[in-house]
Order: sequence, then C-alpha cells, then structure tokens
Amino acid sequence: MRGILKKISQIDFGLMSPEDIRKMSVTKIVTPDTYDEDGYPIENGLMDPRLGVIDPSLKCRTCASKGGECQGHFGSINLARPVIHVGFADTIHKILRSTCHSCGRILLTDSEIVDYREKFDTLIRNEESLTSIIKEVYTVARRDKCPHCEEDQEDVKIDKPVSIVEGNYKLTPSEVRERLETIPDSDALLLGVNALPDKDGNRIARPEWMVLTVLPVPPVTVRPSITLETGERSEDDLTHKLVDILRINQRLKENMEAGAPQLIVEDLWELLQYHVTTYFDNEASGVPPARHRSGRPLKTLAQRLKGKEGRFRSNLSGKRVNFSARTVISPDPNISINEVGVPEIIATEVTVPVYVTEWNIEEMKQCILNGPKVHPGANYAIRPDERKIRIYEETKEAVVDKIEPGWVVERHLKDGDIVLFNRQPSLHRMSMMAHEVRVLPYKTFRLNLCVCPPYNADFDGDEMNMHVFQTEESRAEAKSLMRVQEHILSPRFGGPIIGGIHDHISGAYLLTRKRAIFTEEQVFQILKKAKLPIPNRTGENWTGKQIFSQVLPKDMNIVYKAEICRKCDDCLKRECKNDAYVVIEDGQLLTGVIDEKAYGAFAGKILDHIVKEYGTDRAREFLDASTKLAVSGIMKAGFTTSTNDEEIPQEAKERIEVHLDNAEKKVDQLIEAYDNNELEALPGRSLEETLEMKIMQVLGEARDKSGEIAESYFDINENHAVIMALTGARGSMLNLTQITACVGQQAVRGGRIDRGYSERTLPHFQKRELGAKARGFVHSSYKEGLDPIEFFFHAMGGREGLVDTAIRTAQSGYMQRRLVNALQDLNVKEDGKVTDNRGVIIQTVYGEDLVDPAKSDYGKVVDLDKLIDEMRIKTGK
Amino acid sequence: MIEKVTKVVKKKRAKFTESLIHEIAQAAQRHDLDDDELDELVKRVKKAYERAKIEAGEAVGTVAAQSVGEPGTQMTMRTFHYAGVAELNVTLGLPRLIEIVDARKKISTPTMAIFFEDEYRNDEEFVRTIANQIGKSTMNDILQDFHINYAENNVVAELNMEKIADKRLNFDDIINRVEKAFKKVQIDNNLLSFEPAKSSIRELRLLADKVRDLQISGVKNIGRVVIRKEEEEWVIHTEGSNLGAVLKMEGVDKVRTTTNDIHEVEKVLGVEAARNAIIHEAQRTMDEQGLTVDVRHIMLVADMMTADGSVKSIGRHGISGEKASVLARASFEETGKHLLRASIRGEIDHLTGIIENIIIGQPIPLGTGSVGVVMKQK
Repeated sequence: MRGILKKISQIDFGLMSPEDIRKMSVTKIVTPDTYDEDGYPIENGLMDPRLGVIDPSLKCRTCASKGGECQGHFGSINLARPVIHVGFADTIHKILRSTCHSCGRILLTDSEIVDYREKFDTLIRNEESLTSIIKEVYTVARRDKCPHCEEDQEDVKIDKPVSIVEGNYKLTPSEVRERLETIPDSDALLLGVNALPDKDGNRIARPEWMVLTVLPVPPVTVRPSITLETGERSEDDLTHKLVDILRINQRLKENMEAGAPQLIVEDLWELLQYHVTTYFDNEASGVPPARHRSGRPLKTLAQRLKGKEGRFRSNLSGKRVNFSARTVISPDPNISINEVGVPEIIATEVTVPVYVTEWNIEEMKQCILNGPKVHPGANYAIRPDERKIRIYEETKEAVVDKIEPGWVVERHLKDGDIVLFNRQPSLHRMSMMAHEVRVLPYKTFRLNLCVCPPYNADFDGDEMNMHVFQTEESRAEAKSLMRVQEHILSPRFGGPIIGGIHDHISGAYLLTRKRAIFTEEQVFQILKKAKLPIPNRTGENWTGKQIFSQVLPKDMNIVYKAEICRKCDDCLKRECKNDAYVVIEDGQLLTGVIDEKAYGAFAGKILDHIVKEYGTDRAREFLDASTKLAVSGIMKAGFTTSTNDEEIPQEAKERIEVHLDNAEKKVDQLIEAYDNNELEALPGRSLEETLEMKIMQVLGEARDKSGEIAESYFDINENHAVIMALTGARGSMLNLTQITACVGQQAVRGGRIDRGYSERTLPHFQKRELGAKARGFVHSSYKEGLDPIEFFFHAMGGREGLVDTAIRTAQSGYMQRRLVNALQDLNVKEDGKVTDNRGVIIQTVYGEDLVDPAKSDYGKVVDLDKLIDEMRIKTGK
Repeated sequence: MIEKVTKVVKKKRAKFTESLIHEIAQAAQRHDLDDDELDELVKRVKKAYERAKIEAGEAVGTVAAQSVGEPGTQMTMRTFHYAGVAELNVTLGLPRLIEIVDARKKISTPTMAIFFEDEYRNDEEFVRTIANQIGKSTMNDILQDFHINYAENNVVAELNMEKIADKRLNFDDIINRVEKAFKKVQIDNNLLSFEPAKSSIRELRLLADKVRDLQISGVKNIGRVVIRKEEEEWVIHTEGSNLGAVLKMEGVDKVRTTTNDIHEVEKVLGVEAARNAIIHEAQRTMDEQGLTVDVRHIMLVADMMTADGSVKSIGRHGISGEKASVLARASFEETGKHLLRASIRGEIDHLTGIIENIIIGQPIPLGTGSVGVVMKQK
C-alpha cells in the first residue's frame, strides 16, 4: 500500500567478461555432487551453502539474511578448455568471416569504415535498430583479401550448431577465441559488438567473451531441489545439467594433466561443448536434446525464458494475484447492470483493506467482532508497524481492544464495494469491467443479462473471475473509468454493446404491441416490479406503449423503423400495418413496437440516444427499468415455444413439395443440357464450373422459395417462434424455414459435396451422378426428419463448421496478439498527436479529426439530421 | 454554402475539419436552414465536437488493436467468396485480414478494378479492346481447328479470324508472336504448321501443348478479365494485378483504377497511397462480413504500418521486431535472440513502453499513469 519509492530509469544489457564472472562468484564449484550421505550440502559442490538459502530457518553464509529474503549468489566453474556459447555461434561465425585471420581487422577499407561509423552514430543517436546495417556490414566485409595487411582470406563456414570451419580445418574454440581477441574495439562495433570502453575503461562486450572460459553457476534459489514425500530429493533440470558439465570438465582436466592422447582430449572437449550447449539451449538445431532419466527433454535456460509458458510471457507480463475469486456464473435479472452478485462464501474470503479512522472505528470493531466466519467480518488486522495479525474466533476480542486509528483492517467484501469482473478470452476492454458488489446466497456469481454481450457470456457452465481492488486510487479509477455503465457504448463502432437480449426483446414486444391492453391493477404490478413510481389511479385501462413510456426521458424525441419492419416499398409511416414505425414524442411512445432496434445490444436506437444525450447514469436506469418492464410484460402475456410453432397445414406442405420437385427437375434439365453439350459456359469459367454454379443457384432459390411459402403461413400474432425471429430476440426466419420446409444444400469448402468414394459421394449413387440429392441437397425439413443419406451430408457440413471455428479462434487470437503488441505503446498527446514510445509521430491528428470513436455517434461527430430535428422541435418549427 | 458555413465556423471560433464543414453545408441545404439556425447548429456541433474529442493519454493503440482483432473471431474462414463479380474469386474474411496486417508480398488473390475516363466510360467497344489487351489470351482461344499430323510429323493449327476479331486482336501481332516463339513454323494465311525440333511422337505432343498455351496478348501477371457494367459505366475486373502497366494504358482512369495488392500500390503510387489502400482493403473486408469497425482504428493500424516510409508488417518481422525496447521484443517472440543480441550490442532499455513497465512492475505511461502530480513549494 505504499507508493513508488524508486523508479527504474533504464536497464543496460551487456556481456559478462570472465573477470566479471569471477568477481561475482562467491565460490568455485568443483565437485559434481550435491549432498553428502547425511543430506548436507557439500562445500564447493553445486548446492554449496554460500550460494544462498531457501529454507527460511537458515541463515545465508554469504549475506547473513534469512531464507526467502536472500536472493542467492552466483558461483563459477573454471572450464578446462574454452567452449563456444551456442547463442553466439552464428555471430561468431559472421564476425570471423568479416575479419582478417591474421591481423584481426575488419575486412572493410578505411573509407568504408569511416562511412559506416557515421551511419552507426546517426542510428544510435536516433535510437533506431542497428540490425539491418550490421547485416549490410556482414555482406560487404566478405573479401578475399584483407585491405589492411593484404593477406588472402579463406572462407569461414559454420557447421551447425557450434563448429567453425576455415577451409577444411575445424577451428577449436581456443583458436576462435584467440582470433576474436585480435579484433580492435572500434572494428568490433561495426560487427555488432559494442566493445568501446567507457571513461572508466569498462567495456560492455568483447568478441572473445562470446567464447566461455568461466561458467557462472546460478544460485540455488534459481534451481531449487524438491523433496518428495518419500524423502527422496529431486534436483532441478539445471542442476542435472551442471552436474554433467562438472563431471566432464573434471575428466577433461585430469586427462589433460595426465597427458592423454590428443584424440581423447578432443573427444572430451567436444563432450564438454555439448553439455554447455544444451545447458544454455536444449532445443538448438543440430544438437540432440539432453534428456532426463525418464526420457523427457530437460528444460534448460533458453526453455525457461521462451514461449507462452516461459518466464517472459507467463511470469513477467502476467502475474498471479491474490484477492481474486472464480466461480460459475448465473443470471439475475433483478440486479442492476452495474452490479455483480457475489456468493457469501467468497465475500468472507476476499477482503478490502480499510484504514481505521475515528469515523469508522466502530464499524471496523464490529467487523472484527464478527470474526472471519460471519459475513460482514474481517480476516486480518495490520498494525501501524505493518505486522499482520490474523483474526481468529478466539483472538478477535483481543484484537478489538487494541485497534485504533492508524491500523488497517482487512474486512470482508460487502454490498457497494467495487470489484473487477472478467471473462476470458479478454478480447476487448469490455471483457474487464468494474461492478458493484451485491453479496448474495448460494455459490455462483450473478450478473445482469444485459452485460452478457460484452463479456460474450452465457450460462451453460461459464466461469468468471473477480478481483478486489486493494487501494483507494484503484477504486477511484475503476469507478470513474471501468464501471459497466461507462462501457455501454463500444469504442469499436460508437454504438451500444450492452443492451437487452432474448426475452427482454420478446417481452418488450409483447408489452408494446398494438393489442396489449392492461388493467390498472396489472399496470401497477408491472410498474412496481420495475421499481417505477406508481401514478395516481384513474380507473382506465393502459396500453403497453403507455407503460413503456414510463421509462423514457420526458423530453425525448426520436423516430426510427423497428426491427420487425418489412421494408415495404411504400412506407405508410405512422399508419404502418406491422406497427414497425416507432415515434416517440416528448417521452411518449406513440406508435411502433419496442424490439431489438430499440434497446438490444449492438442495435438499440433508444438506448444509444439516451446514453449520448442523457448520460450514462440515465442509461443505466433506463436499461434496468426497461428490462424489468419487459420481463413483467413477458410474464403477463405468457411465452412458450414448441415444435407446434413450426407446424404448417398440409396444403402448404404440398406446395413446398411441388416447388422442390420442380427445382430438382430443373437441376436434372441442367445436367441433361450439360451432358448434351448444350450448356453455354460463363465467361472465364469451365463448363463444369458453370453447371455447378447454376445448380447451386437453382437449389438456393428453391430453399428460399419453399421458406417463403412456409413463412406465409406463419402469423406473428399467434406464433411465438416467429415473434422471436422477427423482433430479433433469438433465431431467424431461416432457422424456422429449415425446421418447417427444407434444410437446403449442404456445403463443404464452399461448394456442393463432391468427396467420398471415387467419382461419387456415396455408393448409393451412380458414378459421376450430379443430381441434387447425390451432391448433398437436403430435401427434408428438420421436423420431418432427414433420411440417412441427407443426415450424412448434413453431418459433413456440420463437421466443417466445427473445424472452421477451431482454426479461426487460433488464427484470430494470434492476429490480435500481434496487433496489440504492435500498437500498445501508442499514446495521444494533449494536442491530439499520436506518438509511440520512442516519440515517433504516427498521426499528427488522431483519426484525422480528433474524435474518440467511443464518444462518437456511430463514427460521426454528431448526427446532423437528428440535431437539426431536435433544434426545430425546441424552437417550435 | 460551404463558404458560408466556413464563415460561421470561424465566427464561432470552432476548429472543424473540412469534411465536417462539408457535411454541415449539405445538411443545411437539405433542411433549408436560415442564418440563425445555422448559427445555432454550428454552436451545437461545436459543443458536441468538444465532447467527442479524444482525451490525452488515451490508449488509442490498444483500443484500435482490440477493435480490429475482436471481430476476427466472428469472421468466416472461407477463403473464397464471391464479391460482387460472380466470375471472380477473391479472398475474404479472416484470411484476407491476416494477409493485410501481415503485409504479404504475394497475396493469394490479387485483383484489379479498372475504370475509364469520361469519354470512354460508356464506349463498350473501346473497353472491350482494352480488356483484350489486358487479359491473357492463348492460341487456344482463337483456334478454329487444331490437330497433330503424325504422318507428316507436324502440328497444324487453323486460326479463327472471327474469334480474333471478337477478341479485338491484331492478326499480324499474333503472327509476330508465333514466329518469335517457334522457329520451325510455316505460315499460310490463317493456317499454321509447326515442326518439332526432334522428330518423335513425344516431342510432337509436347509441341502441341506449347502451341496451344502460347500467350498471344495480355499484360504480365494478369490472367482472366471480366467486363461488367456498373452503374452506367463499363468496368474491367481482373484476376492478377499489374497496376503500373495498366495505368500507362490510354483511356484508363488513373484516379479510380485500383488493385488490392498493397505492395504494388506502394511501388507504383507511394506509401501514402499504400496507407489508403490498407484502410480501404481492411474496411472492405470488415464491411463484407457485416462487421462495423470505426475507420479511425483501421487508420491507426495503417498509419503504424506505414509510419517510417515503407509498408511494414504487424509482427516479428515488422513493427514488433523493430521496437526500441529489448524487453518488449523479448516478450513478444524470439526471446533468446533478442536478449543475446542486446547483450553484445550493449543495448539500453529506457523503459518507455507499456510491456517493459509491466515486466518491472511499474505503472504504465498511458492513461492515468501518464500524468503526475507536482507540488508547488512555498
């Protein structure tokens, strides 16, 4: 709970010289063993106590701090012979290729050196990437003759992973190191090694440091050993690897001292090189990975850092946190969109730290008295000296007596607290919003249905996470920036993304359709349910539109066409037969029904208008009240759907049958024309493609037309499934026609099904048969049922859909990661300039007009027509 | 009208963009506003504009990336789709969007839309001639009769003069091309007979294929063309693209003629045009899928891709690989490579970006983290 005391201003990267490594080392490691028979670490072994301690009961021999506080200390291994660092093998190769083997100078003429130095200086000054210019140097500096000493140069090749070959001779790491030593500091810079000494004579890197003579041994805290239940010790992968290195190093040293034959020494040297290589990177190409006894490849240094589960992405860019909770979500239409229902069991576990002051001390004392188990209780108290005291049933009285202003009490979550709520995948900023807590019984998080679209949540077992803010600043920030009501408008397109769904929409339709008349008693019930003020009794019946008008702002004016609009050629406007022309004047809904276009997520016009004109508080109130009205509406009317809704009369079925038969006949005619070579090819298409396209077209039309026939027998006044489809609540007319009339053509890879057996889809057909049925046209409706052949084709199409979704999520996920990574540093300055973190200007004026899409009206500054209409209404024109 | 609005805007001391002034002028005309009303309108627009202004420190990059990336999950994977022109296949949906942000050198379905200048716009004959000059034609398209004469060891092709005329080709040009491509050829009016280099049946058959596939007209890299009448004018759509060559042709509208190959636009017309091409292509891909994404987000992506004067891809070979910060690069991809390189070059990370500050556990320099409080000393 403290502010930042120190700020890191920069991080310098550099190579360690052998001297640096020795200086840093607290001990030389010689023995390739870890513990002796008694289980004590061996001195000069890999677990040397001077390398630091993990056990909190012990004291570190080097820094005298307790385990847990001591971050550990490096040791070192003196390598008997130098070895090449795998990560630098490529660079070493390029450097050797670009330098003279006798004088060590870079193979560039003096004038070229001056040229490149200048270029380097400008790039460094501008903090630009040196990669491309270094690459250029590597290519230019490949000469047959040294321009400085006139010596002929032999080609240097690299034999992956670490062998450097000159002509036919394989250079030993010692020779490589010697050569690198001869490169002057100023030449090394051009080769990508910053070897220029600073004013104290310290260097960042030297080429020869890329060949190791001393190996640093990381402290035990980096490679802790674990004790299994059996008492057996299991060592970290790095320790295993270091043991290997030490063993070979020892043997190499002994053999060299004993004057063993060159061949044996070289073999051991190579083995040492292998172990050091795999110690750094166990996935280096050309090296068989070192394996654990069980056969599992070891996870060495590079593997620890790399990839999704590596240190960078898993532990540094994202961290595990305390004060969070996760459970299944379920709906609660009775809480506000701003709220989240938190189960009591969670509320008593995650806490909020509260500073004890004179004003809240009584409340805090009560919390402590309630203890850790009773709900508005407390789990910990923190003394002014930062000692944390756990509150137990037995100790709570003692703590209460001691508490005074200056203490901090970690009290349970209670109603009104602000928490962060999140559902993965967090694809946009609306995936993490701040909610107010409502502590509720049972064990699930409860959320208002209107916030399902931004989270993309449903209740088929979805789980969500909650995080509790621990500082006042974060709470204040979250409350003003992250609350749900602040995110009703999506920054993606400047329209609402939070809004009514499913039953809210069918409910509102049932409530506001023309024939909806309610008695005063019913109206009062509905209004009471929505927590709206109850008007005076008049004894008259109400229309549903009047009820809905209660939630509209009193001075609101808007005209639009509802979702159920049939887009007639000649719009009757207010006299619309479908009641699809919505007119709201002075907050009264005069004509038109309320459906998805009114306050649905992604489409709500009224909602959009309210957020933009009346602010987010009013919008929240509107959403909370209107959805409750809709729910009451649907409950008053009653709403159900079954397959009976997809029933059509026999006559309709016959008409559809005739129609489909005609279409299939038409297909047969097309095929016949094709067989007789009478078909005319479309420009640029083969005859076969033309035929396919024509057949697809005929069958597509057939499905649509049979759908239309079925549709004409549906009545929106009687049929609940149709209400849902037309108002935009759920499902579409296509779904309904597929259930009633005809499922239609099944497609794989965008065309009719043409795979399976040789030249036919199934053995039930003739070879090369092209008819509708043979290529996956499903003539039946879902309700009639599919025959086995149709069922099979349907499954093929269905399978493609599933595979598609799986691939798409992976691809779009990666695309988004790349986009976010590329753009995350962009910042808008006070004058609207967009810059990145280097200060490079990306845009001089954000979006060419400085408009924030989240605050815009569907991308526009303002809807001028709407503004003018409004203006004129006010002036009375 | 525009001048009038500009005057009012100036009077009200508002700074509007040109397009906004245009819109106001149009709206004023449409609703027949009088002077007072115009005054009031500008005043209100100014207020709305102030309100809609972007706040300093806003994380516009992240918002743009999310706004472009989030709809990706809702897009189709189907690579091929018919876009207006039924005869041509164009990559759409997610694969196309990925192609755009990747700044691929070789896109999977390059295509052009060629428009014509006013005087040729309705001249079907002219457009057809151009189309045939652009589109690829092979010998196969103009053959009347074609057979292999095994007895005389030659390939005989008879040209169809009608087809040549239909394709608006020049007979002499064809003959020139044929003579250039084949050495042993005898030409007798429209009857051509070819002899193979070596006399064998295999050679003969190979020769026959070669003759048939000989390209007799067309612009390089362009395959089929489709001519369509769109809104009272003739437009050529092509499979394959070669903007440079097509723009040189007479009668072609240099302003409206486009290609969907962003690198080609960059090469022929420059980065600014490439930036517009990225915006246009990305927006079109989104619109086609029925997804609305504000242009400003796409603009930002495009501007980021073209900021340093050339089209760079989003990803490790482009923007992310050239970031100033070592930690930012290491945490994206190729962790080891960037760390090792940083060490020998002695790079310094100034920790100015987002991810670096997250890594070291400091507040990020964006949004509320980009402002500080200074206390005045008394």
